[in-house]
Formats: sequence, C-alpha cells, structure tokens
Amino acid sequence: MDELINDFLAETREMLQALSGAIVAWEAEPADRGRLDEIFRFVHTVKGNCGFFDLPRLRELSHAAEDALSEVRAGHRSADPRLVSAVLGVIDRIGALVYALESGEALPDEEDAPLIAALGEQPVDVVVEQAAPGGDAQAPRTIRSIRLSVDLLDRMMSGVSDAVLARNELARRLRGAPRDVGVEAAFERVSSSIAEIRETITRTRMQRIDGLFAALPRMVRDLASELGKQVLLEVDGGDVELDREMIEMIRDPLTHMVRNAIDHGIEAADDRVAAGKPPPGSLRVAARQVGNQILIEVADDGRGIDGDALMRKAVAAGILSEEQSERLLPAQKTELIFSPGLSTAGAVTAISGRGVGMDVVRANVERIGGVVEVESRLGLGVRFAIRVPLTLTIIPALTVSAGGQLFAIPRSAIEEILRIGGEAVRVDQLGEAMVATVRGRRMPLVALPDLLGVESRAAAAGDSKLILLKPAGADLFALAVDMVHDHEELVVKPAAPAVMAAGLYAGTTLGDDGRPILLLDASGIAKRAALRLDDGAPDAPRAEPCPAAPAQPETSLLLFHALDGALRGVPVPVVERIEDVAAGAVQVSAGKLRVTVGSRILPLAGCIAPPDTKLRILRLTDGASEIAYGFAKVVDIRSATIELRPAAAPGEVAGVALIDGAQVELLDPYWLFAAHAEAGPEEPAEPPVCALPAGDPWMDNMLRPLIESLGYRVVAATEGVTADLLIARAEDEADHGVHADEVLRIRARPDAAGAGDDSIYRYDRASLLGALRVRTHSRSAAKEGGVNG
Amino acid sequence: MADLVLIVRLAGRRIAFPASDVESVVELGGITPAPRAAAHVAGLAALRSRVLTVIDCAAALEIGHMADQPRQDAVIVPSGGHNYALLVEAVEDVVEAAPPVPVKAPAGAGWDRVAIGMVDAEGDLLLLVDPHRLAAGPAAQAA
Repeated sequence: MDELINDFLAETREMLQALSGAIVAWEAEPADRGRLDEIFRFVHTVKGNCGFFDLPRLRELSHAAEDALSEVRAGHRSADPRLVSAVLGVIDRIGALVYALESGEALPDEEDAPLIAALGEQPVDVVVEQAAPGGDAQAPRTIRSIRLSVDLLDRMMSGVSDAVLARNELARRLRGAPRDVGVEAAFERVSSSIAEIRETITRTRMQRIDGLFAALPRMVRDLASELGKQVLLEVDGGDVELDREMIEMIRDPLTHMVRNAIDHGIEAADDRVAAGKPPPGSLRVAARQVGNQILIEVADDGRGIDGDALMRKAVAAGILSEEQSERLLPAQKTELIFSPGLSTAGAVTAISGRGVGMDVVRANVERIGGVVEVESRLGLGVRFAIRVPLTLTIIPALTVSAGGQLFAIPRSAIEEILRIGGEAVRVDQLGEAMVATVRGRRMPLVALPDLLGVESRAAAAGDSKLILLKPAGADLFALAVDMVHDHEELVVKPAAPAVMAAGLYAGTTLGDDGRPILLLDASGIAKRAALRLDDGAPDAPRAEPCPAAPAQPETSLLLFHALDGALRGVPVPVVERIEDVAAGAVQVSAGKLRVTVGSRILPLAGCIAPPDTKLRILRLTDGASEIAYGFAKVVDIRSATIELRPAAAPGEVAGVALIDGAQVELLDPYWLFAAHAEAGPEEPAEPPVCALPAGDPWMDNMLRPLIESLGYRVVAATEGVTADLLIARAEDEADHGVHADEVLRIRARPDAAGAGDDSIYRYDRASLLGALRVRTHSRSAAKEGGVNG
Repeated sequence: MADLVLIVRLAGRRIAFPASDVESVVELGGITPAPRAAAHVAGLAALRSRVLTVIDCAAALEIGHMADQPRQDAVIVPSGGHNYALLVEAVEDVVEAAPPVPVKAPAGAGWDRVAIGMVDAEGDLLLLVDPHRLAAGPAAQAA
C-alpha cells in the first residue's frame, strides 16, 4: 500500500510540474478551453485517486475544484479572475499537501474550507493567499524520489558490470607494466569510485517484495471462492528487498505454489471439520533474508502430500523401479512431487492447469541459482520453501583449480575448507564411491577433476583440498579440488545454453587475469554426483552424524567489528538481516536507545549514544521479537568449532573464542534479548517458559529451535529467572540460580553414566521430543484443571 | 539487391555467412575448456571483458573435430543474448552476393541442417550458412 501511495504522490507531483505551464496560460486567458480541460483532468485524477487512498483533505479540495470547473466546462459559469485565483489556490494547496505527504512532514494546518468556499459562485470575503502561479516560489526543496524506467536501471547495471571487468583487466595490465606511483594512485581512485557506483546501483535495483505479494490476497480470494473453499491468507515479510530481476523470476513459481496449495492442499470446509481442523484453511506466505539468500515460504495446513501415493504413481509411470522405491526415505518420497509428470491430484483441475507441475517450478527456480524445498506432514500441511540469491549479478566467490583450470564456487554454498590428509579428515573408498569423515560427520565425497573428466594436478593424493559444500536445501557434501586460490567478487553472467547443458555451472565470469572462469553450481554438482552414486553404488552415503564419535558441534558465525572496534561474532541463525540506517533513525526514547526500521521501532544494543553518521545494524531475532545491534563492519562468515572461554560476568558478550587465530568475542543473544527485547503487541497468551544455559552453541543453534517449535518461550538460564523447565548439561550440577518446576538434563555421550542417570543423549531426538512434549502437556493440563476447578 | 557475405574456409570448403549476422572477426588464443559442456563447445574465451562461447564448427556439423592450434580465426556472432565465437580454418573476404536460392542437391546431413541456401559470390557458388544454427549445435536442432 505504501508503495502505491508513493506512486500516486510522485505521479501527482509530476502532473503538477507538467501543469505549471497550463496554469500560467489559463490565468492569462481564462477562456482558453484547452487549458481548462487540462486543469480539469488534473483535479479529476487527483480526486479519483484520493478516494482510493483515504486522503480526505486532498479529496475535498480536488472535488470542490472539479465541481467548479465542470460548471465552467458546461457553460453554466464563466471563468472570471476570481474563480481562476480560487482554483489556483486549491491547486497550490494540493501541491503543498502532496509535498508534505511525500517528505513525511507535518501537513500544513491551514483551513481548507476558505479555499473551497472561494470556489463558490457568491463572492466570499476571503483573501486567498496567492502563491506565484505555476509552481513554487520557495527554493526547490529536496524531493525524496523520482521515477526511472527499469530499462535504464538495467543498462546502468550492465554498464557498471562492464566497468568492473574493464577495471580488472586494467589492474592486470598495470601489474605487468613498470611501476608508476601516480598511475597507481589514480587507478586506486577509479577502482574505489567504481566500487561505490556498483554498490549504489545494486541497491537501486533492490525492490521490496511487497509488489509481488500485493497480488496474492485477490488471487487467493478468487481461487477460494471458485473452488468453494475458505482460505485465510497470512502474508509476512513484505519489506524484504531483493533484486528487481529476481522478483520477476520468482513471480511465476510463487503464483504456482499458491495455486497448488489452495487447489490441492487445502481441503473443503466440510472435510476440514471432519478432520478436526477449523473450517477455513490457513495459507501463509512469508519472505525473509537469510544470509545472502532470500527465503520465501508457502505453507498451508491442508491435507499434505501422500508420499506413498506419489511413490506408487512414480512406479506406475516408470520413473522409479519397484526396487528403488523400497529404499526411499519419507523425505525422498515427498520430493517426488518435483518429478516431471507426477501430481498428487486425482483429477486435473482448471486451477492448477494441466501438465505444468512442480517440476517446472523447480526448474525455473534453479535456473536463477535458487532451490525449492518441500516438507510435508500427511494430514497436517505442506511447506514449500524457495531460496534464491539476493542478486544475480555480483557474488563473492572462491576460486579453485582442477586439472590446471580455474573454477569459481559461490561463497554462499561453502561451509568449510580443509586439507585432505589433515587430522580432521578421513577419506574412505567404498566401491566407486568415496566418503569423507570430517570430525565425526560422514558425507559423500566428489572429486572435481573426476567429475569434470580432467586429470588431477595435485602433487600427491593427500595434497588435495576439501571444500565442504552445503547447497541450499540439500545435504552437505565434500568436493575435492587440486588447489584453493583466492576469494574474489565476481561479476557473473549467464553461460550459453550449450555450456549450461553440463548441469554443473551457474554462469561465467572473468578473472583478474582476463581469462574466463566457470562458476560451479553446488546443487548441480550434488545432483550429478548423486546420479553417479545411484548408478554405481545404490546406497549413497548421506551426511549424518556418526554415532561412534560424538560430534563436535560447529557453529556458523557472522564476524564483525563492533562500534568500539572489538572483533565480535554472532551465530548466523540469530541474524535476520543487516541494514544501514540513517543517524536520525536512532533516538533515546522511552528510556532506551531505539532505532526506527521501516515501520517498526526496535531496541538498539551495541551502541551507547545515538551515532552522528549512518549506522549499520544487525537485526537479531529470537523467533518472536527483534532487536537491533549496531556495528561498524562485517568481517566474514565462518563455521567453527567453538571453545568458549566464558566472560567474567553475564553481559552482551558471552565469552571469547579463538577463530582463525584471532580472539573473537561472542555475543550472548539470550542476554541481549533478555535485556532489550520487548514483547510485541500481538504476543499470544503466555507460552511455557524454558530456560537454556547461555553460551552453549549446540543448545543455541540446534536445541533451541526445536524447543521453540514446541511452543516454549526460551530464556537464558541466569540468576533469578523463573521457568517452567530448565535444560541443563548432564555434567553441570549447578542450576544457575533458576527457579524451574522441572529440570531436563542432556548429556553429550550416547551411553548413560549409570543406573541413576536420567539424562537424555543430545541426539536422541525421539526421547528429547517426548520429554519436552510431556512437559508442555502436563502444564496445559494443569492450567485447564485450574480453570475448571 | 546485393547482400554482403563473409567468406570463410571451414572443413576444407569455402562457405559464406550473411555479414549482417557477424559482429567481427578475431584471432583467438587461449581457449578455456568447459568440461562436460555440449560436444560442439570448444570452450570459453574472453574478448574485451566479454565471455565468448567458442564453437567447434566441425563438431557442430558432426563431421569430426577441428585441429588444435595455438591461435585460431573466429567469427563473432551474437545470438540469443550470448556471444559466440565460431572457429573457422581461415577468413577470406567480405563480398557482395546475390540473394540466396535453395540448394539443388543434398549437401550432407550436418550441412543441410545449417544451410540457408546457396549464393553466387563474385562468380563462385557458395553454401550460405546460418551462424545461429551452427552455434546452437546438433542437440538443439534435434529438439
């Protein structure tokens, strides 16, 4: 809606500017019919739009002017100078109001009534303050937005991409030439200004996803009424921004998924009641930024996907053999929804169309480097998730080589880089397949030279490097390469279809030396490799925790420089997004430092006083509330095993850990949320509270989401906290001063310490869930009992 | 009206490309292979900060592979949003030619797939080849 209003305001302002000539001419010659019509059209348009936007003052003004002018047009009235001045007065006021709305200033508070009265046929004793006709006598004020053609933006972007490539080529030639300090300094300046332009233009192309979501309510309403179903649509995350081009690319897949959910997912009201669900089906469409990807979810609470039915169809259609089908895991059965020519629908309906299925959705999303995931619970609903990169054009990448040739891998897919032959890594050959074991985690290993059919140039077998890749939405796997070279920001362009046919590449780019580099596609490699494993060794090893050696948990951390210069880290899952805010957005209000982000006010941590320049903030989320954390600069994203040395006293820093040889202070999200977070206004009835020991990365990143998904509110286990349930490490006797009704102890080792040990092994998911559920139930039962008694 | 055609030597024959389809003619060196790409893709090359997809024309015609040489003549053809470099044995000349007429005899499977017709260029009868079809390769034609 905001966007629409902005469009309307910008359009009105433009019309006013274009109209200024007509106003001057009309004033000089009130009988000029052409000018009159032009001015009439303007007020008419403004009136029409205002009714739509609920802008009463603009509507009344334009309505009155329209009435007066239509009388003149009909010949009932002549355009005397008094009327002309009155109309001009109204138009000036419209201009002032539009300006105020657009710039967010307070509306001018003069009365509109005298202006409207002046339009009447009887002379009114009012002096209309007359601004200079045709525009603004005041100095031109800053205008917040202009409208540009998208085509122009695209051309700017491709121009900048070329400039970056030309810069790279120049850099290469300079390296070969004799050194000249003056030339180098000039080159540095060119480089930095190109970088700046590139960043600005990239941002210019960012668009709120609102535009994509705006069409959904209408579409859902129409579809639901056509199908005789009741659907409640919930849309969230419209303020997420992504590249304009990406928005266009996901429009069709998203539409298709929403249609599918209503058509095939959500049941008719009667069936829902029979299944014990509320009659209206719920459909949730949400977008959020996760790292440098955008996650778009479409979740319904309908009948879910019947994996077994899909499997039978796949067998009947000859996509799967009987033998293969018996080995499928439940998740793999659900995944069959993406196979060409399969659908869960018993009959083809008019809504979802014939022949276009989820396979097309997946293909479209993958073409832009994205991934589609599906998660289904039979009878309870389906959740589809699309993950797409933020922008198509410039990505941070790692260059590696295989067989003497350079390739690039998007940084977003890389979890870790290791050396084969190091202590942490073991490689086993199982038939044709290879399996890597990294600190207890087993995963399939793909040798890039073999995959590409080139000869490895690693000096010795043990000399290869191993890159752990986690394609969005797929399992972790290891890629062996000859050498790892460098981190680079690459301008990626699509590759020709004949090259993309390999299924291994995401695009092409030019390296600093001016040679083309192919950008590898992690999901493509996984797929190619999986196919090969399927052919040779049917029981493809999957990434799984290896029970023999207790896994050392790894945490993915965002490293950054805090405003006081310290190197800090925060678990990536906690970070919702990174944003720049203007200095003016930060204020001390209601006793706390707060920052305005879009239409929300967030508590601000990490800074002591409002900054005097613009501020970068991390938006941290605990799933329910959000807080902002001011910082100076992002350093990197790292996955690391953390050995935390706890801080002396609880505070925003949980402790310090050694990462890549540097001391990194780790933020304590519990403490931050406990100290800063505020319950949102729509906070539901009090959920059960679970206290978790702070600073344990395993608990933070793995256990916590699980607990939260069961409806607990998680707080840090610190002195004086009251909770329904306290989670504690088995070896940890202290209760941290928490008042808890019950204590659940979790041990890191699979076997119990003795007969009296009632703790639960941390990866024994079933027991954990059981224990947690029992506690939620007993609590709600107790509550109900209390109410009834 | 006479059209301009570019005469090149390919697979031991002289053929013509419509000059309007051709952006430029360059000498390429240092082709980066593109492993596992379609068989008629010889690799990638860079030209003034652009990536070119290099096409082995002999493979595109399914009549073998072109000899590997350190520097090779290539005809640059923009097609479908991508820039292709068609490797040829030699580039001869740009001449005026009469509009093409249908080929009277089958020129062979590969050639028939890419031929537009035949043209009379300064007294020589040449096969006029569509460079876009050549760049698309055998697989795309079959589809």
